[in-house]
Amino acid sequence: MPKTYLPFVPSQGSTPGTFDDDDDDHHKTPRPTKMPRSTPTPTVTPTRRPTRTPRPTSTPTSTRTPPPTPTATGTPASTPTATGTPSPTAQPTGSQRIAIDPITRIEGHLRIEVQIEDGRVTDAWSSGTSFRGMELVLKGRDPRDAWAFTQRICGVCTTVHAIASVRAVENALDITVPDNARIMRNLLEGAQYLQDHVIHFYHLHALDWVDVVSALAANPAATSALAQSISTWPNSSADYFASVQTKLKTFVDSGQLGIFANAYWGHPAYKLPPEGNLLAVAHYLEALDWQREVIKMHAILGGKNPHPQTYLVGGMATPVDPASTAAINPSRITQLKTMAAQGLDFVSRVYLPDLQLIASLYPEWAGLGASMGNYLSFGDFPLDNSGDPAALYLQRGVVMGNNLNAPPQPLDHTLIKEYVTRSWYSYTGGDGVALHPYQGETNPNYTGPQSDYDFLATDGKYSWLKAPRYSDAPMEVGPLARVAVAYAAGHPRIRQLVDAVLAKLSLPRAALFSTLGRVAARGIETLAIAEQLGGWIGQLEANMNSGNLAIHNKTRWDPATWPADALGWGTTEAPRGALGHWVQIKNGKIENYQAVVATVWNGSPRDAHDQRGPWEQSLIGTPVADPTRPVEILRTVHSFDPCMACAVHVVDATGTEVTRIQVVP
Amino acid sequence: MSVPTLDRVERLEQTGVSRRQFLKFCSIMAATLALPATQVPRIAKALATAARPPVIWLEFQDCTGDTESFLHAANPTVSSILLDLVSLNYHETLMAPSGKMAEQSLKDTIAMYPGQYVAVIEGAVPGGANGFYCAVGGRSAKSIVQEVCASALKTIAVGACAWEGGWSAATPNPTGAMGVQGAVPGISNLINMPGCPMNVENLAAVFVQYLTYGTWPSTDSAGLPRFAYGETIHEECPRHDHYEEGRFVLEWGDQGHRNGWCLFKMGCKGPQTRHNCPSVRWNSRTNWPIGAGHGCIGCASSGFWDKMTPFYQPLPGGGDDDDD
Repeated sequence: MPKTYLPFVPSQGSTPGTFDDDDDDHHKTPRPTKMPRSTPTPTVTPTRRPTRTPRPTSTPTSTRTPPPTPTATGTPASTPTATGTPSPTAQPTGSQRIAIDPITRIEGHLRIEVQIEDGRVTDAWSSGTSFRGMELVLKGRDPRDAWAFTQRICGVCTTVHAIASVRAVENALDITVPDNARIMRNLLEGAQYLQDHVIHFYHLHALDWVDVVSALAANPAATSALAQSISTWPNSSADYFASVQTKLKTFVDSGQLGIFANAYWGHPAYKLPPEGNLLAVAHYLEALDWQREVIKMHAILGGKNPHPQTYLVGGMATPVDPASTAAINPSRITQLKTMAAQGLDFVSRVYLPDLQLIASLYPEWAGLGASMGNYLSFGDFPLDNSGDPAALYLQRGVVMGNNLNAPPQPLDHTLIKEYVTRSWYSYTGGDGVALHPYQGETNPNYTGPQSDYDFLATDGKYSWLKAPRYSDAPMEVGPLARVAVAYAAGHPRIRQLVDAVLAKLSLPRAALFSTLGRVAARGIETLAIAEQLGGWIGQLEANMNSGNLAIHNKTRWDPATWPADALGWGTTEAPRGALGHWVQIKNGKIENYQAVVATVWNGSPRDAHDQRGPWEQSLIGTPVADPTRPVEILRTVHSFDPCMACAVHVVDATGTEVTRIQVVP
Repeated sequence: MSVPTLDRVERLEQTGVSRRQFLKFCSIMAATLALPATQVPRIAKALATAARPPVIWLEFQDCTGDTESFLHAANPTVSSILLDLVSLNYHETLMAPSGKMAEQSLKDTIAMYPGQYVAVIEGAVPGGANGFYCAVGGRSAKSIVQEVCASALKTIAVGACAWEGGWSAATPNPTGAMGVQGAVPGISNLINMPGCPMNVENLAAVFVQYLTYGTWPSTDSAGLPRFAYGETIHEECPRHDHYEEGRFVLEWGDQGHRNGWCLFKMGCKGPQTRHNCPSVRWNSRTNWPIGAGHGCIGCASSGFWDKMTPFYQPLPGGGDDDDD
């Protein structure tokens, strides 16, 4: 039984690296740990328990003193990108519209336009600005090739489309894969969660919360003390942090700041002390190395990453044989176990403690960034070969209105429909209709600008994303949705982790439904999945040792065995959320192929009822201290972990034909 | 402004890269570039004193797979590349600023380093809708790539999409997608590094050659570096003997499959694909598709989404014949 690691949040008297169940500090207001007094940086205001109202009762600028100019904060005067203008002390007034494009530190091409009134977002529009057109590319092709095509929808969310695709075709052809294939797919998916979520936290999201330049002012010994107070992770000595700081200083002194140039360092919304920033920078660099190692699990099971290549309709192409050097054998099993254990260790002792430290210093973000409170999860990680959704490690279901007090509603995929009212497509039935994927159409109809533009005409069509709705409601998908559904379904480990993290941060359960909640949910599910990997590898090993070497069900490999007409759907819970593929096979070829992808749900534009999409809604009320440096908007958008390549509805039915499918039960 | 010159070995040691690790990296790079071991000290010296060229990395109709491949760099690591070998001034997936401030990084680099920066392009560029099937910052991909390539020292198109449009350009190519060579007519300083995605070891080797010798790798008529795309996978495949001796996998999971026999009859496109996968493999040489048990899909070949499909249909010839 692998050792389980519970999240640790610092409190008086508890041992670093453990969670003390008897610790009754959680009712106290949490205080930041070991705030250094030796630097001239303004100290972080003590955290306060957030209110239960959806927005803070006061803006950040009214509860703290204005920051001094950059040279007085301790940041080196030689920093080329130190911003010269301190933030206004008064609340910004007036009304303006801004466009942020490109939104960076995501996958793909996203544009956000917001209306700002008196320093807060009052309206928001999300636009996917790139289209490729997979739907026509797939028509007429061999369904056994589809996984390889669809996997190229996204290289960050690699693997997930391949799994959804083979599941859809297997569903259409009524194929059950062998146990080893089920396990290998779970391992590929699980390893993907680890690498993807950790990269998201450190390399995509962290720079919204961490001021890299401020790390130069940190005291390495105090950083060491901070690190050791939250974790037993061994890279924590003062010398270690001094070396990281030297590396950073050398880099900055070179005058070429690369990806850190022109950023928002010194923005008043950054709240970490320099030691917290140095700690985060050190882990940013460690995580860059770590992700390269953990993803080798994909190379072992799938030949390479990105785009593992051993998927098959009917199973996997990775042989299992204890006596062969060209198969999963005891040596490969050992490598997998080592990688999984290293993965779990980093998630437990670096990612989760950092997440909680940063969360504890940004409590107002537990009251910002809520979407409309509806969550959808297809569930994933089948634990047996029954195909029964009840056998999924993360449950399937729907939660509406933030209600975690009742079991989730069962998910009925026929209630999934997509609008194109405000999207650059047309339906033969007009802009008012919504279509289920089996009846879907993709007729690109670009009505946007065809020359350089400053703003989109958002009263009309404004995005390449369609607007999926479940029973006509916008739904959030992703870690928060999975955690909400699992929590409502009584998943013991998810409940335990959620309750523990909330307690340590002194936050009510309602705080989950926020930007911070999304960040926490991502970390919680990463830990829960990381804990499962060793056991799944053990099952593969047990099969190998008992002579169960089957990897492929060949009964329907030959198209001659297929019915003339077949319909199927396959789902997975990609790290970013619910992913479904729907396929019609006719005479051995793909007749229709459609995907409704996670980020389409989250980043969708309005629908025919003018309902905003989830992250459009989540931006309402966001404070914006400086419209030229909109870090607050990025915090919430990044909390959804956008993947725009996935989101642009690339895989759909035939081009201009409307295809009416009769679903034969 | 000229690119600043720095002494790198000291800085590398400060960053935690020991001399031994540094020399090991130089040896690996020499081998990848098919250089004799006697060149290793020269590479080491060059890297120790070379300037840090600015790099602009653009993404268009892409899946970000080449960037993900880049993140898996080892020897040197991606952090060493970012902190030490190049100055990555623009990369939308990694850079701190968004919107106008991100655009500033792009403008600054073009203005301050004309003719000195390297442009790395990932993803296809659409011609349809006046180029606005892919827009970034309110501009078409086409206008951006033309501007950036115009004053680049060198343009490196990474991945299948930047070479010829990738799957976006597969039949029927709804957006008029094309690669860099199509989007920037008359471009003369282009290196194409296909693959789906490209293999980061090859990109790293290209940079090392430039930093060491001030030259770029020899390329074939399509602009592909010969050191990475000169041999077919079949010629270099460790399973080649099985092919010669007629030992083929016939069904997924059969004894031959478990023994690591030739995957020709399962559709392997290795005989028609030029890429150095058999030697550099993937993810720090951990494995590669054929090594894992699935045939090559020809992802470095021209138009492979149309020409190498169906993936499971065997290539003509081979197997029973003696006509290798």
